[in-house]
Amino acid sequence: MNLLEKLDAAAAARKSLLPDGVGAFGIPIEEVYSATEARIGDRRVLLLGTNNYLGLTFAPECIQAAHEALDKEGTGTTGSRMANGSYFGHRALEREFADFYQCSGGIVFTTGYQANLGTISGLVGPGDTVLIDGDSHASIYDGCILSGADIVRFRHNDVADMEKRLRRLGERVETTLIIAEGIYSMLGDQAPLAEIIELKNKYRCILLLDEAHSLGVLGETGQGLVEKTGLLKAVDFITGTFSKSLCSIGGFCVSNHPQLEQLRYVSHPYIFTASPSPATIASTRAALELLRKGSHLRTQLWKNCTQLYTQLKETGYQLGPDPGPVIAAILDTPQQALLMWRSLLEHNIYVNLILPPAAPEGKSLVRCSVNAAHTSEQIKYVGDTFAKLYNLVKS
Amino acid sequence: MSQTDYDQIVQLLCDRLADLSKTPEESISPETNLITQLSIDSIKLLGLIMEIEDAFDISIPINALTDIQTVHELAELVHKIKSAS
Repeated sequence: MNLLEKLDAAAAARKSLLPDGVGAFGIPIEEVYSATEARIGDRRVLLLGTNNYLGLTFAPECIQAAHEALDKEGTGTTGSRMANGSYFGHRALEREFADFYQCSGGIVFTTGYQANLGTISGLVGPGDTVLIDGDSHASIYDGCILSGADIVRFRHNDVADMEKRLRRLGERVETTLIIAEGIYSMLGDQAPLAEIIELKNKYRCILLLDEAHSLGVLGETGQGLVEKTGLLKAVDFITGTFSKSLCSIGGFCVSNHPQLEQLRYVSHPYIFTASPSPATIASTRAALELLRKGSHLRTQLWKNCTQLYTQLKETGYQLGPDPGPVIAAILDTPQQALLMWRSLLEHNIYVNLILPPAAPEGKSLVRCSVNAAHTSEQIKYVGDTFAKLYNLVKS
Repeated sequence: MSQTDYDQIVQLLCDRLADLSKTPEESISPETNLITQLSIDSIKLLGLIMEIEDAFDISIPINALTDIQTVHELAELVHKIKSAS
């Protein structure tokens, strides 16, 4: 089989799941009306397939900041910070993230994906080990692969399994990086951070926590799981993304380890890419300010999450263990998930369809992302529609 | 480790692979290709690796699996790691 034939085989496998060519992946969104509504084809749909957790995509403060940056500094930086220099905004945002997490340093990356790639591949290399949760995001897997370190997985959120694997590493724990996530993107569950930190301290490893989905969502000021658990100071490195609660694109890493600065000189995903555009940085800075002061947004978000999670649970859907902004209905087969996804769209509700191998344990997911801008009526409509469609997937 | 240990590893792999691929165990040999003959995808393989790690109390880095195609190659990798532990 040649290279192109391999792609044809992959396309055939995809077509067998989606026989009528329904565009479940990368669906065309014709117009976006607000943080909660858009047009897909000729339908005005409710958006429950975005990660706009605080509902800030149209926040006037962010839009104005982006406009001003565009006018003042142009559309792009046209190069990497290493070669072309760092704008005031890049450095300011790094200071603001460091301050937000009470850390001595911060680095901004061009995407959230690159934040994990760049941080992991900068911290470990061949001969080192990364111990990662089995349900880690692809950016974590890819960062580990890029690093050349040995990759060992532990069963999802299973601390006993994690310790077993730490013990087996023997003296190699000295050069082991543990990686966990604040909220896992598939089922919306949270890492058992206190127990992980206990093991990290016992085995004297370094811990990186990815707060991509938990930033803005957990904790009084929205720092994430570190704030909710009061364990901020016990985590060595925190990464996150601008593309969820902060409603732009980019990523960051913060730490109190002075060695963080060295990543700028060894991390290819930081060095060999164009830096974030001025408008992106400006809107992110404005959004971070809103996020820090946004306890009312978090209150509304959690009210919405609890409302939908409770209704789906009561209907009989199998869900992840924790209520939160990521609420996934776990279904047995891709066909069930596709039928549910399609039926929801026919009821003007857009959610995410996740099929194996992306979904854990061979299951398929219909995943809702709830945000603070959803009204109680919108959430009720979504819950009622799921209830109406339950017979489609009832085993 | 001895030939007996290697045989024990092959036996365990064949047993688990038969279960995972819903293939009769007697039709799986050391030469069987995991992907083309048993349709073991990456997710199933990663689950299998965790089971093997627990069965032999070893660590198998998943990056060591890149070139593994057959039952024999996987058994040899496990044998090598077990011998060194």
